[in-house]
Amino acid sequence: MGLELYLDLLSQPCRAIYIFAKKNRIPFEMRTVELLKGQHLSDAFAQVNPLKKVPALKDGDFTLAESVAILLYLCRKYEVPDHWYPQDLQARARVDEYLAWQHTALRNSCTRAMWQKMMFPVFLGEQVPPETLASTLAELERCLQLLEDKFLKDQDFLAGPHISVADLVAITELMHPVSAGCQVFKSRPKLAAWRQRVEAAVGKDLFQEAHAVVMKAKDLPPADSAIKEKLKPLVQVLLQ
Amino acid sequence: MGLELYLDLLSQPCRAIYIFAKKNRIPFEMRTVELLKGSRGSKDTVGTWGVRRRQDPGQHLSDAFAQVNPLKKVPALKDGDFTLAESVAILLYLTRKYKVADHWYPQDLQACARVDEYLAWQHTTLRRSCLRALWHKVMFPVFLGEPVSPEMLATTLAELDVTLQLLEDKFLQNKAFLIGPHVSLADLVAITELMHPVGAGCQVFEGRPKLAAWCRRVKAAVGEDLFREAHEVILKAKDSPPADPTIKQKLMPAVLAMIQ
Repeated sequence: MGLELYLDLLSQPCRAIYIFAKKNRIPFEMRTVELLKGQHLSDAFAQVNPLKKVPALKDGDFTLAESVAILLYLCRKYEVPDHWYPQDLQARARVDEYLAWQHTALRNSCTRAMWQKMMFPVFLGEQVPPETLASTLAELERCLQLLEDKFLKDQDFLAGPHISVADLVAITELMHPVSAGCQVFKSRPKLAAWRQRVEAAVGKDLFQEAHAVVMKAKDLPPADSAIKEKLKPLVQVLLQ
Repeated sequence: MGLELYLDLLSQPCRAIYIFAKKNRIPFEMRTVELLKGSRGSKDTVGTWGVRRRQDPGQHLSDAFAQVNPLKKVPALKDGDFTLAESVAILLYLTRKYKVADHWYPQDLQACARVDEYLAWQHTTLRRSCLRALWHKVMFPVFLGEPVSPEMLATTLAELDVTLQLLEDKFLQNKAFLIGPHVSLADLVAITELMHPVGAGCQVFEGRPKLAAWCRRVKAAVGEDLFREAHEVILKAKDSPPADPTIKQKLMPAVLAMIQ
């Protein structure tokens, strides 16, 4: 059995890995794990990732969790073009810096924005208090500003003149609030231009393919009570 | 000007970098950024950013420091004109630039992946619960004079417990160190995290002989003296004098954001 990638394209880090693997023609078996059906909670999946999260990788007997670790593993094993994770000390450090920062910044605010604005009312049939949503969207604004001012600045891509894994991780994050109807790029021409460049570098078709699931999330039928029960712990976390 | 490391040893990631640099005899200028220390008898009023004496509270919030790290956090690195934030990025930069021994961040594809996996996982788990444990148990009541409800503290300590169990079961398992037979960056980052609740008086290793044994091994690998030196500040955290109201006001928003 070759490389297997356990992904749900609803999830931002899964999209980044999907795009990266496809763009670099890395051969893999796609193993879809549907989060909204609670499939990540199964005992079978726990064999692959005891942390019960997607994405996860299985390469022969070797299993790996955490999207950043998976992206770097794929970079190294498949010897992809240098720009994805440059050899140059400082350029590489810039990528590392972004990949570290985003965990508790952009990832957090994009997930909350998408769930609080869309998934709660549409899928879970629950309204989020307006103050909570307002606070989440304000936090998202703050992160977007940092993304522009500290990371992108006047460069073409986040770590310099060429696309890297940092851009993939960032763009897939931003598509989360976009799928919920947040006008992330509207008043931010710099970010909008960067998005165009990333889409062009990745390929429009691949980009669209990776985002088909999340862009249709607003049309999801409401969850049944069994699912709601299963997803309760997640819900608590997303409302904090 | 050579390598400068902007650190406050109160902070877990700063300790990991300090230990790593010292252990590997990486020459650097220590630039202490005091996150909490206040000036006594200061005539600073809220909103006066002009005075930048060494004892200014919330030094990480100064304009001068923003030149080094616009994210206004420690740790930060300055190497000539090159500035860098984020402890994981800094550790990897030092690893590569100073060509340290392989075991810190192995060349082997799978071993390296295990370090990356730990370094990614910890941001939203152990880092978070250790920080909250310190602040809810000690820093809020003692330093900021803000009581924390017993329920809140209990929840925080329960979360810490869950995370410690994951650390043991998923990462350490039956190995000598987190990723295998040798100490790596993952162990440094983890141990300095755990010293946060230890500094708060939490008995992190009680009832956890596996973790206790691992802790001893990491200390031995790093060197007891260096380990002690790096942890002097945090171990005195519970003896912090209460902050004066000006400092409290200045730091509160940043603290609340930090422990979300």
